[in-house]
Amino acid sequence: MEAMKETVDQSLREMRETFASGRTRSVKWRKAQLGAIIEMVKDNEEKMSDVLFQDLGKHSTEAFRDELGFVMRSATTALNCLDKWVVPRKSNLPLLFYPATGKVISEPYGTVLVLSSWNFPISLSLDPMIGAIAAGNTVLLKASELSPNASALLAKLIPSYLDTKAIKVIEGGPDVATILLQHQWDKIFFTGSPKIGKIIMAAAAEHLTPVTLELGGKCPTIIDHHSVSKDMKSVVKRISGGKWGSCSGQACISVDYVLVEQSFASTLIDMFKPVIRSFFGENPKESGCLAKIVTKKHFQRLSRLLNDPRVKASIVYGGSMDEEKLYVEPTILLDPPLDSEIMNEEIFGPILPIITLRDIQESIGFIKSKPKPLAIYAFTKDENLKTRILSETSSGSVTFNDLMIQYMCDALPFGGVGQSGMGRYHGKYSFECFSHEKAIMEGSLAMDLEARYPPWNNFKLNFIRLAFREAYFKLVLLMLGLTKGVRK
Amino acid sequence: MIIGVRSNVKEDNPASLGIRAQSLSVFAYVSVYVMVKVFQAADATDLVTELRRSFDDGVTRGYEWRVTQLKKLLLICDNHEPEIVSALHDDLGKPELESSVYEVALLRNSINLAVKQLKDWMAPDKVAKTSLTTFPASAEIVYEPLGVVLVISAWNYPFLLSIDPVIGAISAGNAVVLKPSELAPASSSLLAKLLEQYLDSSAVRVVEGAVTETTLLLEQKWDKIFYTGSSRIGRIIMMAAAKHLTPVVLELGGKSPVVIDSDTNLKITAKRIIAGKWGCNNGQACISPDYILTTKEFSPKVIDALKQELEAFYGKNPMESKDMSRIVNSNHFDRLSKMLEEKEVSDKIVYGGQKNRDKLKIAPTILVDVPLDSQIMSEEIFGPLLPIITLNNLEECFDVIRSRPKPLAAYLFTQNQKLKERFALTVSAGGIVVNDIAVHLAVPTLPFGGVGESGMGSYHGKFSFDAFSHKKAVLYKSFIGDAAIRYPPYSTGKLRLLKALVNSNILEIFRVILGLS
Repeated sequence: MEAMKETVDQSLREMRETFASGRTRSVKWRKAQLGAIIEMVKDNEEKMSDVLFQDLGKHSTEAFRDELGFVMRSATTALNCLDKWVVPRKSNLPLLFYPATGKVISEPYGTVLVLSSWNFPISLSLDPMIGAIAAGNTVLLKASELSPNASALLAKLIPSYLDTKAIKVIEGGPDVATILLQHQWDKIFFTGSPKIGKIIMAAAAEHLTPVTLELGGKCPTIIDHHSVSKDMKSVVKRISGGKWGSCSGQACISVDYVLVEQSFASTLIDMFKPVIRSFFGENPKESGCLAKIVTKKHFQRLSRLLNDPRVKASIVYGGSMDEEKLYVEPTILLDPPLDSEIMNEEIFGPILPIITLRDIQESIGFIKSKPKPLAIYAFTKDENLKTRILSETSSGSVTFNDLMIQYMCDALPFGGVGQSGMGRYHGKYSFECFSHEKAIMEGSLAMDLEARYPPWNNFKLNFIRLAFREAYFKLVLLMLGLTKGVRK
Repeated sequence: MIIGVRSNVKEDNPASLGIRAQSLSVFAYVSVYVMVKVFQAADATDLVTELRRSFDDGVTRGYEWRVTQLKKLLLICDNHEPEIVSALHDDLGKPELESSVYEVALLRNSINLAVKQLKDWMAPDKVAKTSLTTFPASAEIVYEPLGVVLVISAWNYPFLLSIDPVIGAISAGNAVVLKPSELAPASSSLLAKLLEQYLDSSAVRVVEGAVTETTLLLEQKWDKIFYTGSSRIGRIIMMAAAKHLTPVVLELGGKSPVVIDSDTNLKITAKRIIAGKWGCNNGQACISPDYILTTKEFSPKVIDALKQELEAFYGKNPMESKDMSRIVNSNHFDRLSKMLEEKEVSDKIVYGGQKNRDKLKIAPTILVDVPLDSQIMSEEIFGPLLPIITLNNLEECFDVIRSRPKPLAAYLFTQNQKLKERFALTVSAGGIVVNDIAVHLAVPTLPFGGVGESGMGSYHGKFSFDAFSHKKAVLYKSFIGDAAIRYPPYSTGKLRLLKALVNSNILEIFRVILGLS
């Protein structure tokens, strides 16, 4: 640990010196680093796919879609837009301040810490780093020890592609994170669970470090079967693809549970079965298209959720598990008890509870009774329901008639609210996430108003009152002595 | 209304006399009970529960409610300015002009802007283009209130720093609890009275009190906490907020430096520094010019200019001038006294230095080249003392500023364009003002907030509305175009098409689809 402490001290010192030198401020440097990230992913696509398979059993297509392709796109966007993003924004000043001018400059925070998660270890590491670099910061990454191969690969590749004096990687688990958190950072970006999010924020509070916390929650999916009956096949496909096709449900924006009217439940379940079979064949364990559960500990957690006898009794599809292969079959539950553990913590696995309601309108109240999730999904064409969902529920984001896809849209801010997090990123928001928006105002030494200065008297008071109200005509009258006072 | 127990109980308060009475007479007991109801944990919980119910019932969401509350705040400014001025005079000895202008008038402007712009602010932002990979889709960003928020304000501008954030909270559609500072008790009490009288108390409340009450409030789960005050307390606030994952805005302080270049118009520079320092609550302001950096050569001229203008503003006996606030209380007076009395500091006074503890007054005081590690150069002064640090070369100012925690504001007086650019780019502070002092606080189109030790988050104008809103991303997708490549089973063909899509390479997409790639 002493050695690690020394490494951290040294790394921080070097990153701070580099930042102070101004090197990371240059747009040229930032673009070079962003280009190097693209190159790094392109050159090592196969290696990256391999580690994602080793750590999570991800198929190379899934790996590309969710991680590698995504990172390359993100870096390309930053590269293409950086010139625009760094331009100061002019602010219009009220006439009162003429001839002063104002603008806002985006300034890098300095030395930032990115702590990423194990489920998308490449993209959740590199994507925030892209934002940090685009904004001109030096950055240290600690990837998750639960995806050790990915973490090791990043630790090996990043120093050979990127500026090692400014961008560093440290490997390790909670003990390393603790050491890192004892230091003062200019910003901390964390992706993970709410429980750890609280620890991160408390540690950041010691140094008044601003944080972005990308956490999780139980993301509900509302199926309004009345209005989407024509497209129900698509609905089921999208839900299935989103749930089981992306890291086996181990994603912060995964569908956690489905809300549907009682009358449609059994039809719905019957529609899922052939879709799941079409995705993963008769034996999903052998399909090669289903990611594995990340560790034994998480497997045991999911096992415990399912082994609750009342939950077990609600299984209507799947349910088989293999601890050795860290495999959990795509599983559907029908109305597990609402007070069971599986309905009160984020599932983060390939188990999908279907909760039935008498009327789909009740879904609003149901969602409101739980902590604010990172995403709400709703399959509906009913404009009234859409409006109700938007105005009566709160979540990081809302997506209508699809799942997960809001992650890909970098024109939209990606982040949580309440228990699902604070702050946001993607696209320009990543740049802003790692920037301090500094106001610059410039006054003129040419014009000066006596009324600004003591000693105070009634004239000056009235003058300023009128000036504030932008009552310029009355102001002129005051100066000409044609009016004495001002109505208070 | 809940009245908290105040730590500075006035001498002539019947309750305190009652407590001190030797005989535990029924009269004394009853008068204590009647005068003071202690704010307890259950009260804090009940308060939040009640406000949350109001919020959940939708009381604060509608445009009408928000505008009505804002207009009521305007009525408070219109109908009660004399009382506000009087309370500020009681608490801080604030001159009428400062109260009228820097508190009431600024608030009026802030309210009027919010009323005028609210419809615009509340409207969703349309998002221009969603990408090829998510096509066909449309998207927008919807502004939604966070819920039930807590505003904790400071003692130096008790009305401005209480109501301005509340304006943001209300415009954004939240229920809000305000806890004003107990160090400005007359203002705190007037705020409690006026807000209760004018605003919807099912959603807007004031809790008066000190550490105990604040601690009880901080144990509750809030949807946002907005704090103005010191960095030390800012840490405590953020730590408490972490327990509930509550986002915070912290408007803190720091040592705001003023760099003076020899090419500046010295008369105007001196006037603006004086108006911005002693003319704003006697230096007790978060963006007060804290210390000056100038060259050894130019420093005597700076001192002369300051002396001259100080006399013009406050006369030969500034201790008698009614145009400056007093020091807020004896704690702060002693703190500032100690700064002045430190060895190697006391002999650096070149102007002023007079003190009167009874009247809580310290004269405008200028010092030159105090040691850089002295108390006065290590902590935020927040008072009428102005050290000047002289440099061999003005260039050195960057190192001096950089070696200290990031301040809330940094000022530069110069005509040199290159210097202005370099300063704006390389000095990290909440905000930078060139050729003036503090005015950026009054500009609603500039975000006002700190960085590093001086805080996080910002407000004023639309930034206030944003500070209390969650910007919810909404994506509308249709059912057209359900590409098989999205779904398992995965294959090399799907991978190739995905790659082409990601690269937005239309030609490649066609080639893959046509099987030509």
